[in-house]
Amino acid sequence: MNARTRELVVALAAGLLFGAGLVIAGMTQPSKVIGFLDVADGSWDPSLAFVIAGAIGVHAVVYQFLLRRPSPVFAALCTIPKRTEIDTKLVLGAALFGIGWGLGGFCPGPAVVSLVSGVQTTMAFGGAMLLSMGLVAALEPKSKDA
Amino acid sequence: MDLQNFTPWSALLGGALIGISASLLLAMNGRIAGISGILGGILKPAAGDVAWRVAFVVGLLASGAVALVLSPANLGASPRSLGLVVAAGIFVGVGTRLGNGCTSGHGVCGLSRLSVRSMVATATFMATGIAAATLVRVLGGAS
Repeated sequence: MNARTRELVVALAAGLLFGAGLVIAGMTQPSKVIGFLDVADGSWDPSLAFVIAGAIGVHAVVYQFLLRRPSPVFAALCTIPKRTEIDTKLVLGAALFGIGWGLGGFCPGPAVVSLVSGVQTTMAFGGAMLLSMGLVAALEPKSKDA
Repeated sequence: MDLQNFTPWSALLGGALIGISASLLLAMNGRIAGISGILGGILKPAAGDVAWRVAFVVGLLASGAVALVLSPANLGASPRSLGLVVAAGIFVGVGTRLGNGCTSGHGVCGLSRLSVRSMVATATFMATGIAAATLVRVLGGAS
């Protein structure tokens, strides 16, 4: 297959794996997410800490390996964000995202995966999320660097 | 602590799959598996940079469809009211856009490459996430 097709096939496969990972991990169960975030509750469920541990455990190692590959391979990784400054937008954005996550129990990935369920509150969350993303994107100035 | 619902092994396995997915996307396509960023590139498309994002989202939706058939209980409903989840969606939409990432973009991909921005972002959204979840319960908004 040509490079373009391979790019699409890889993206599709990655999406399938990612979604499967989210479901298996329990990230598509908002009650479980809230049970994880609500650390002060007597019935605190620390399970989801193992999700990020498993993900970083794999990805951090692969990343280090990719860094050491000859330059033509690494050159393809040019979309890795280069910004290093800690600014208000970053902190405010992260703070707001966290509030939403703790309020609803959904973050973007699980919300998309769960859309197919047709559950009303899931659709409402997803719709509100996508609309808000789109609105902010439309209001942003033209140049946007990650 | 809730020992009945403690599921460390499936969480670890799910996490590993997410890690493999992110590694695949980065190694083969040179792209970050940050969901809010991937969605953002569809909502505000740049020429030539859309198709792979759509393919990825199709993959996410397809995995959801499989889950719906095999284990629908795993696609849980939020225990919160309709009004609260809409507010939550707005916070997540605005926040991920402003902060340039979410749990996957910052939490998985950013931390994996030791990004200081992602460390700050992750610590921040974990803190406010914990605060929000706790506050809703304390104020009686939980199910």
